[in-house]
Amino acid sequence: MSRTVALRAIAHARAGDKGNRSNVAVFAFDPAHYDTLRDQLTAERLKREFGALLAGPVVRYELPSLHGLNFVMDDALEGGVNESLNLDGHGKSWSSLVLGLDITLPPEVG
Amino acid sequence: MSLPRDFRIGCGAGFSSDRLDPAVDLARRGHLDALVFECVGERTLAFGHRDLRADPARGYNPLLERRMRAILPLTFPRGTQVITNMGVANPRAAAERTVEVARELGLGGLVVAALLGDDVSEALGPETPLREGMTIGEVGRPFIGANAYLGADEILPALETGADIVITGRVADPSLFVAPLRRHFGWSADDWAHLGPATAVGHLLECAAQVTGGYFADPGYKHVDGLAYVGFPFAEVGADGGACITKLDGTGGRVDERTVKEQLLYEVHDPSRYLTPDVTADFSTVSVAAAGDDRVRVGGAGGAPRPERLKATVAFDGGWLAEAGISYAGEGARERATLAGDIVLERMRRVHGVNAPLRVDHVGVHSLHANAKREVGHPRRERDGRSLHAGDALVTERGRTLDSARSLREGDTPATERGSTPGSARSPHTGNSGDHPGDHSGDPRDVRLRCAMRASSRDEAELLLWEVEALLCCGPSAGGGYRGAVTPSVVTYSASIDRTMVSPRVEVFRA
Repeated sequence: MSRTVALRAIAHARAGDKGNRSNVAVFAFDPAHYDTLRDQLTAERLKREFGALLAGPVVRYELPSLHGLNFVMDDALEGGVNESLNLDGHGKSWSSLVLGLDITLPPEVG
Repeated sequence: MSLPRDFRIGCGAGFSSDRLDPAVDLARRGHLDALVFECVGERTLAFGHRDLRADPARGYNPLLERRMRAILPLTFPRGTQVITNMGVANPRAAAERTVEVARELGLGGLVVAALLGDDVSEALGPETPLREGMTIGEVGRPFIGANAYLGADEILPALETGADIVITGRVADPSLFVAPLRRHFGWSADDWAHLGPATAVGHLLECAAQVTGGYFADPGYKHVDGLAYVGFPFAEVGADGGACITKLDGTGGRVDERTVKEQLLYEVHDPSRYLTPDVTADFSTVSVAAAGDDRVRVGGAGGAPRPERLKATVAFDGGWLAEAGISYAGEGARERATLAGDIVLERMRRVHGVNAPLRVDHVGVHSLHANAKREVGHPRRERDGRSLHAGDALVTERGRTLDSARSLREGDTPATERGSTPGSARSPHTGNSGDHPGDHSGDPRDVRLRCAMRASSRDEAELLLWEVEALLCCGPSAGGGYRGAVTPSVVTYSASIDRTMVSPRVEVFRA
């Protein structure tokens, strides 16, 4: 049986900012989950789920040796820390946003 | 010939307002060759320029004196070289102040070297193109100043004066670490195979506690002990550029593979091309391995030739940020906060005719991520027609709708598109908790209305504070806890400049 879990249960993440560009790096706690993350946590999915906030293109870099994925999101900070009216102008909490997504674990690693 | 011994380098500050006691602990117990304080960001640099204009003796980090007073009596007798960008917009004044502090402390003979020349304000003009696509002149805001990111090449001559303290303005953060490593190991400016790994070490250390358990804890998922006393990091760097990242015994926090991996990609875009003035570093090949309690071994970063041009930060006057809030609690808190927000929007637009970008949040219900969710299957028009409340509101900046819809009540259009026409009035709706996608707040018992506006003048900014405060008597029932603040704002963009446009030079001062 496959089962659905919050990404937060199987991965950790950190957000950073440069100007109006945000990056969120996501790492599997267990290397066995890396392939599942790579399959389900795509740039297209982030854009689809959060496109109203992540206004520009989303690019994903794969880091198999670190079991991580780095998402780089242009025009994603409402102008950036010096222009945004968001309480979190740095987008520090964008990692929590991503960690709220669901992941379906296949039976073999579930 | 035997290899040089390992170099011990620590980080005593990861940003301008970082804690001091962990740095003092490192200076006292770390047996360090070098201690770096990284204290400059895009915002702090612009504020440094502003301070400098107001007073030629200022423009450096406001905590400089306090930090120097605490650490110099420890680092000077131990021979630990201190390297910092606390000079911000005025490294010379920072060096002079440091010398004064050293004299007051009786540290005669202490030498301070200031690295000048990162300020390129005079070299840029209205025609200078920005990476954002326009020229400086086209930004349409008053120019404050511009600084190039200098690198290890420019820091190295300051270190070679033998100074006890090196104070810079804008330099690339990892270069603060790469420069002393180059000096110790004798790496040349084009020794990419060593500058890559050294840059990885600098990048891991530059945010201080962010590699030792800070910015990491998530109760129930990621446990960190002792964050109230989190230790700052240091690295034992070997001749191949590989290093052990660790912290002092008895300090709080943790160093493990997870904290190191998170920090390795912090503010990194393409991990295989991390650009600094020193090198094009490749972090995609880095190995991260536990090597004992709170010890992690890192190595394997690659290095390729450095970028030809330098990056510069260009700062402009961003007007004023007005923020004001009031709280509602108990039954119906959300409905009352919604009503209050509607009143503020209505009065700012219609009574005062202010069309500056204005955002209204319900803190405790939906704020930071209020505009993140796209409602799949609900076209914009349909959504706009449903019950809407100001709580998730955001209007526009520079002509673009930042929030897709929730902010804009029926009939509203974004301020910059709407010109001076206020949105149509709309009676307050019945707050429908949970009707926003991703909103799991249910019926909150405590909601803070937060209004934020970017204003072109202080007077305009203060209007927002006035309107929110007036809710105390003229707004919904039982609103309390009004607070408001107006802060000057800066806007920064970046430019790519020729290396010949900077003229780095070192000045030496003695206590």
